[in-house]
Amino acid sequence: MSPLDRLESPEAPARETGTQILRRGFAMAPALKQGLGLTLLLAALSTIGSSVVPIVVQRTIDQGLGEGRRTALSDIAPELSLAVVLIAVTAVIAYWMRVRLFVASETGLADLRVAAFRHVHDLSTLTQNSERRGVLVSRVTSDVDQISMFLQFVGIMMVISLGQIVVATVVMAYYSWQLTLVVWLCFLPLVVSLKFFARRLSVAYDTVRRTVGEMLAVIAEPVVGASVVRAHAIEERTQRRVDGGIDANLDANVRAQSLVAVTFASAGVAGGLSNAGVVAAGVALGVAGQLSIGTVIAFAFLVSLIVGPVQNATQVLTEAQNAVASWRRVIDLVDTPADVVDPGEAGATLPDEAFGAAFESVSFSYPDGPVVLADVDVVIPPRQRVAVVGETGSGKTTFAKLLTRLMDPAEGTVRLGGVDVSTVSFAELRRHVLMVPQEGFLFDATLRENLEYGRRGASDDVLMRTVDDLQLTDWFASLPRGLDTLVGQRGESLSAGERQLVALVRSALADPALLVLDEATSAVDPQTELRATQALERLLEGRTSVTIAHRLTTAENADRVLVFDAGRLVQDGTHEELVAVEGVYARLHASWVAQASLGLDQH
Amino acid sequence: MTQAERLGTDDDRVMRRGFALMGRGMREQRLLTTVSVVGSIVFGFMTVADAWVLGWATDHAIRPSFESGDVARGALLSAALLFLAVAILRALGVIARRLVGGIVYYRLVATYRRAVTRKYLALPMAWHHRHPTGQLLSNANADVEAAWAVFMPLPMAIGVIAMLVAAVVAMVAADLVLTLVGLVVFPALFGINVFYQRWLSPRVTHAQALRGELSAVAHESFDGALVVKSLGREAEETERFMASAHELRDANIAVGRIRGIFDPLLEALPNLAVLLVVVLGVGRVASGAAEPGDVVQVAFLFTVVAFPVRAIGWVLGELPRSVVGWDRVEAVLRADGTMTYGVSDLPGAGAVRLRLEGLTYRFDDAEADVLTDLDLEVAPGSVTAVVGSTGAGKSTLTSLLIRLVDPRSGRITLDGVDLHDLTHDALARAVAVVPQSTFLFDDSVRENVTLSADVPDDEVWAALRTVQADGFVARLPRGLDSQLGERGTTLSGGQRQRLALARALVRRPRLLVLDDATSAVDPEVEQRILQALAASTADGDGPTVVVIAYRKATIALADDVVLLADGHVTARGTHAELTATSAAYRDIVDAYDQAREVQS
Repeated sequence: MSPLDRLESPEAPARETGTQILRRGFAMAPALKQGLGLTLLLAALSTIGSSVVPIVVQRTIDQGLGEGRRTALSDIAPELSLAVVLIAVTAVIAYWMRVRLFVASETGLADLRVAAFRHVHDLSTLTQNSERRGVLVSRVTSDVDQISMFLQFVGIMMVISLGQIVVATVVMAYYSWQLTLVVWLCFLPLVVSLKFFARRLSVAYDTVRRTVGEMLAVIAEPVVGASVVRAHAIEERTQRRVDGGIDANLDANVRAQSLVAVTFASAGVAGGLSNAGVVAAGVALGVAGQLSIGTVIAFAFLVSLIVGPVQNATQVLTEAQNAVASWRRVIDLVDTPADVVDPGEAGATLPDEAFGAAFESVSFSYPDGPVVLADVDVVIPPRQRVAVVGETGSGKTTFAKLLTRLMDPAEGTVRLGGVDVSTVSFAELRRHVLMVPQEGFLFDATLRENLEYGRRGASDDVLMRTVDDLQLTDWFASLPRGLDTLVGQRGESLSAGERQLVALVRSALADPALLVLDEATSAVDPQTELRATQALERLLEGRTSVTIAHRLTTAENADRVLVFDAGRLVQDGTHEELVAVEGVYARLHASWVAQASLGLDQH
Repeated sequence: MTQAERLGTDDDRVMRRGFALMGRGMREQRLLTTVSVVGSIVFGFMTVADAWVLGWATDHAIRPSFESGDVARGALLSAALLFLAVAILRALGVIARRLVGGIVYYRLVATYRRAVTRKYLALPMAWHHRHPTGQLLSNANADVEAAWAVFMPLPMAIGVIAMLVAAVVAMVAADLVLTLVGLVVFPALFGINVFYQRWLSPRVTHAQALRGELSAVAHESFDGALVVKSLGREAEETERFMASAHELRDANIAVGRIRGIFDPLLEALPNLAVLLVVVLGVGRVASGAAEPGDVVQVAFLFTVVAFPVRAIGWVLGELPRSVVGWDRVEAVLRADGTMTYGVSDLPGAGAVRLRLEGLTYRFDDAEADVLTDLDLEVAPGSVTAVVGSTGAGKSTLTSLLIRLVDPRSGRITLDGVDLHDLTHDALARAVAVVPQSTFLFDDSVRENVTLSADVPDDEVWAALRTVQADGFVARLPRGLDSQLGERGTTLSGGQRQRLALARALVRRPRLLVLDDATSAVDPEVEQRILQALAASTADGDGPTVVVIAYRKATIALADDVVLLADGHVTARGTHAELTATSAAYRDIVDAYDQAREVQS
């Protein structure tokens, strides 16, 4: 279970309520709060405009349409003019408020996006890899979009609706507290049922989200796995699976939608109930002399003033669930601890000249997982060229990651140049140490921009000189557009071998004191392979280096070989020493030899 | 024709195409659309009826009671019942509109998703190669949703039209003069709505495009997270993302400003109209031309109808997005090209004799043939290695053998039967290809190996044993039932390749083609796999094996080696023979050694 999953699971500590989420959300994006007071005030004022009309109608009815029909236009003219002014002013206020809302929310949410994005990069490699790429991307894109849409469309409606309900209640109470009571009594069952609905809706929306994820995964099969599907003639099976995912999603959506529809409809029924109630009670009270006819009729208008906002408010509640869920997910991401912590500016510095490394009783295991490395003790002197070998799962890759502090050991200390690696700031660390992974990852940009990742602001001269240093000049000359070559998404315009060459140049530019290399294994055409080998030789000269070896020659040419087996360092020596002794290394070496040459007694 | 017209993006064409799309959807979901529209109309009529009941109640219950000083019981009861009846009918109407309307939308989306994925499965690989996976995924997901997005507000919009008609009728019945106000206001509101949508639409589209860009930046950045971390480039990446995020922020604010102008305007106008009605109404009542109840009714109708008029604007606003989405979906549905398979089975059993005759192939946009008139015969049960430099056509060969693509000319036969004559199933049963890149399903280990075929567990374990995968599978938390895929156990590259091999073997293919299928596997393990394969072939039990060789160890296991160059077979023999006779062969194989020599 990934750390991010843990926070979402039901066994997690009591999930924060909606209001708590909102509070934290606002704390995380302070720009949202900027001028919030004024914005809310403006929102409240803007509700006045809509309340104006029924009041005017009521007074007009009382004076103009009620007893006697004596009124001339001039009698109600001042009130009418005031009403017109109020409506116009309210419209301006509403514009002002909306613009403020949009600016504040978009600014605050952009900040939230960036903060979440930076946090993802701050997470340890372990955490980053435990979650789907697509999920991480949606945290900074669609989840924040949901919050944005909520605040701007639905959120305003919520505030305005609440404002309208309050204003309407106040106005109604002013005219007749008895009828106000009647109206509220009629709406009471709705309020009660809303709580019930909200909970069920939350569950329904969760199901929708889950089915969407599953559907997207299964729709990927005929696209990403197109050749596999055809090669195995499993088109029908695949279609069945896709249909299943689509149908499950359809059902979930329909279920959620039916809840929404019923919730919405019930608000209208409450409205009808209160209309009936108002007329009945109004007439009764009016006949008893407590109310004027104008009041009664105006009240009917006021009821509609309240039904609209209540309906909108119920709609808001249904959508609020979705938004709160999105917000919760973003907050969870930002809350996920970066388990490899940067000591920051207070960190120790590493020596400027070449330094070595040391492992002191280091152990490592994945959370809830088996032990990957047990009690490793080794000292690597400066400028030594080390090869690390072992079968898959022997712990060699973990060894490399601990050396570069992509992960922290569970026990023991890793030292570089005598300094405890966990006390060194990341900035300092990255300046001196470089881990080059198996797959050379390139960004969708020019070759120049990709190389500049190795050294900020390196001039073309510096870049070319480095290319020459690695004896890659003739390969480079074969690129028609040189440094301006566009490498494509993930570097796909270049061959796998060429990507490795670029990664090597990039590493040379970074010029680390300690280089940790995870050898590539995929097939590369011999010529590029040759170039890469030569470039690597130049790169490793005079540097402390640790290479996770997949090739015979790497181990043979190293100053020293570390052999890992089942999480332990079992052999340590030069190639000549180890190959002469019976053991893991000798076995590995034998199979390598068999792979590289042709045993004539194979059949 | 202007550029906009040609692209079909100018407003009128979008309108027309949008309406055509709406018509299509309504036809396909005839019954439910009718129900939701009826529901919407009922809702509309009932909203108007509410006003009418209020007017009726005013004149028949409220006024008489006040004037007579006695509660007009009967009339009051009728009024109350009328209000309730209207409310209930309205509720039913809104349920029909929202729920059934929603169902129409979701069903349309589901139908077209199924259709698009069906197309994906039917179209040949050549078509797939021309379209990036990201685009195809988006076609099946976001584009289908966008295409039918117009159906969400549609039932309400239709209901609103009904409401307007009913309202105008009711208003005319109440007071003609006051209605004239309505006849001025409603079209004005509608016009403003249309203008609003037109102004808004391109900005919303722009914001949408920026959203896509932001997503792409984030995706690429997270993909390269390890590189970013190792080179300490977090700050630069965040700058890059921030630039994009700020662009989106500004675009959204631009949208907000327009909404800020129009939304208050669309609210204020109806309110002003009501005041106008009141003013006129007072005059008309004073002159005896109208009843107070009529004025109340008309005023009420205004307040109630004005807001929903926006729904029409929403529909119009969704049209451009729908048309764009539909265009993309249609492009897939219209694509032609199918792989036609034959009707025969492959007779016999055991390893097949493979023959390639005059095979010629070139990539779609290439200028030269990759394979030219290639002839090759592989004896049943033998292991043949194919060697060649990069671009010689080795992987193309594997695609042809499983009919992922078809040659331009020439043919491939198994035991004399042309691949074209075989049914899809017969072909898949006879030939198994294991490529370098593995694809595993979000499923159990068992499912990934058997692909839902009826294979007993012990045969699955046997296949896993041959490929040296039984060890790690047994150690997984739930053995064969362990879930793989993104949510399940992550396997190393070598483990995934071994599962793909097991998947190929478990079907007992008669021809097995391996294309660098053991690249990520430890050398020791690879040895054992190749030996186990060779052993089964020697026993007469296994398939004919064709191996695309990138390493000497693979060549070691072959009976026969074929040198592929210039698009056809230029040399053939045992390794020893070829080394002696072919300089080209020596060059390629020696290159594997050359890396060694430089080191020492």
